[in-house]
Amino acid sequence: MDKSVKEPLIHITKRKMISKKQEWAIRLGSILLALIVCAIITTITTHLNPFSVYASMWEGSFGSERKIWSLLKELSILLMISVALTPAFKMRFWNLGGGGQTMAGVLATTTCMITLGGKVPSGVLIIISLIAALAAGAFWAFIPAFCRAKWNTNETLFTLMMNYVATQIVAYFIIIWESPKGSGKIGVINSSSQAGWLPVIGGKQYLLVVLIAVIVTVAMFIYLKYTKQGYELSVVGESENTARYVGINVGKVIIRTLIICGVICGLTGWLLVAGTDHTMTTTIEAGRGFLGVMVAWLAHFNPLGMILSGLLLVFMSRGAGEISTAFGLNKSFGDILTGVILFFVIGSEFFINYQIHFRKSHRKEAADV
Amino acid sequence: MFSLVTFIPRAIVQSVPLLLGCVGETLNEKSGSLNLGIPGVMYVGAISGVIGSFIYENSASTFNPVIGVIIPILACMLGSFLMGLLFCFLTVTLRANQNVTGLAMTTFGVGFGNFFGGSIIKLTGAEVPSIALSATSKAFKASLPFAGKLGVVGKLLFSYSFMTYVAIAIAFYTAYMLNKTRVGLELRAVGENPATADAAGINITKYKYSAICIGCMIAGLGGLYYVLDYASGVWSNDAFGDRGWLAIALVIFSIWRPNWAIWESMLFGGLYILYLYIPTGTNFAMKEIYKMLPYLVTIIVLIGISLRNKHENQPPEGLGLPYFREDR
Repeated sequence: MDKSVKEPLIHITKRKMISKKQEWAIRLGSILLALIVCAIITTITTHLNPFSVYASMWEGSFGSERKIWSLLKELSILLMISVALTPAFKMRFWNLGGGGQTMAGVLATTTCMITLGGKVPSGVLIIISLIAALAAGAFWAFIPAFCRAKWNTNETLFTLMMNYVATQIVAYFIIIWESPKGSGKIGVINSSSQAGWLPVIGGKQYLLVVLIAVIVTVAMFIYLKYTKQGYELSVVGESENTARYVGINVGKVIIRTLIICGVICGLTGWLLVAGTDHTMTTTIEAGRGFLGVMVAWLAHFNPLGMILSGLLLVFMSRGAGEISTAFGLNKSFGDILTGVILFFVIGSEFFINYQIHFRKSHRKEAADV
Repeated sequence: MFSLVTFIPRAIVQSVPLLLGCVGETLNEKSGSLNLGIPGVMYVGAISGVIGSFIYENSASTFNPVIGVIIPILACMLGSFLMGLLFCFLTVTLRANQNVTGLAMTTFGVGFGNFFGGSIIKLTGAEVPSIALSATSKAFKASLPFAGKLGVVGKLLFSYSFMTYVAIAIAFYTAYMLNKTRVGLELRAVGENPATADAAGINITKYKYSAICIGCMIAGLGGLYYVLDYASGVWSNDAFGDRGWLAIALVIFSIWRPNWAIWESMLFGGLYILYLYIPTGTNFAMKEIYKMLPYLVTIIVLIGISLRNKHENQPPEGLGLPYFREDR
């Protein structure tokens, strides 16, 4: 063999198999590393003791029963949007429009509550607004899905733009319905009659939301893993040509899957208005459409895993809210820490999927010969 | 009263951050990277420049306009370069998913901007009530002295600050580079089909890194322009708004052509402020509908180019896909 062949110093190959233990070790290691880096950043920028910062973040998330419930509520809403986006991602359809689809549900629910409040019994109103929200979410997801299925329109950019269209429509209706006039807000809807508000069960305001989120998550897990439709969409995701070859109607699968996405997002919007916030703002979705993308992706599109990745992100944001009040910091500090953790976890995926081989030293090779 | 002579300059002023963001994103996309971190990069670029000039303004005894302009520009380019490097490292070297990385970068970048924008005074212990870089902003805003004497022509063509012309020059040069030079040809090859480009002996990693980092630096300048020029050096959190996303929309609207983006950014800039000029009277709600226009036309263009299916109008074929030589 020609000895002068230059061997690269680093050679990267795809891993064939990795044990679950190793995989989790890499992932947890990256989170730990990220927390250390976050601690260093905290100390440099604010001169605070990072341990007391982390302690108060923990306090802010789990400090009291009320805080735990509000953490669970946040987690449930985020989880639902992440779960909603999952079937699309499994199909390699980049639905970045979770926010817009949720806003469509929010708007539909608000419309029903404002226009029908007091005219029909509250129970009927809840059902009408639910149906409207599901339909609105589905419609908002259907538009890009249809264009993608029919003309192969780039869905990433399409769904992204649809978010802003939805937000502006919401902004329009907020001004139409604003109360009191000139405040730029619509206030609490039906605050005296509570028409269309979801009932409080078990004496806990957010219990219903948490239950619905759990049901949706488990249902999605089963749908993806054990149903024919779930199998079809993963085939489309792996290769559209293969799917066509085995007789799957790709366009139909795309549209059907996106309608499911939209329905769950619409449901989330309904929960936000009728269940938790009882009002509509342009920021009610609070970037969860994007955050949901990351939650879903970090969990490798496994709905049950999203409980963990969602918890991590919700913990960071709630904890950051706490440190911003406790230490007089700007509340955006939490976004920086979240960003750093995300970078590390994103980077760690490489070490799960690929293996690095360093060039063997030539002395050893010579000995082998 | 609506007058084109006042409307057009204001639309052009609006268009500069969009144009710079768009050219930066176009470079990214031409190398096959859909960088959704551009809004974050623009925030980081803006705040880096602000930090640079804040330190200079508060430490220098006499303010030199030339240094006052150079320092924020260098700081801004450094900040956005580092963001670009981060994106490259994660997506090119570590082959992470571009959309997820981009969204994480936007979260980080917006948080970074708002955090330092909100607390730089506290952190540096300076004795000023708010960030108002009036001297730097004055240097940035300086326009040609004879513009005022030329009447309407002067107002429409020569009344802008230097960064407006720099932005247009960058856009023209990028268009020229992409379409008429060997470097541009090879870059486009990388974005269209990295495997083929690799087989032809083009260094994929080098091209991706350069395109993304330079693209991010250009986009960062857009953020800098917004704060130090448009907003007169006053930083307020979230004021930059959704312009970063609008810049990404503009890439599609200009069909990946920086030279077209010049005119279209002006159109977007116009659409962005059109609601201020349309006489809606007390009907404030309609203004919100007008704000929707840039996004709506982008969607229409997106559907339009997929309908016509003309090859040269499509997004780069390798857009959004990581490249690993040993994949087949």
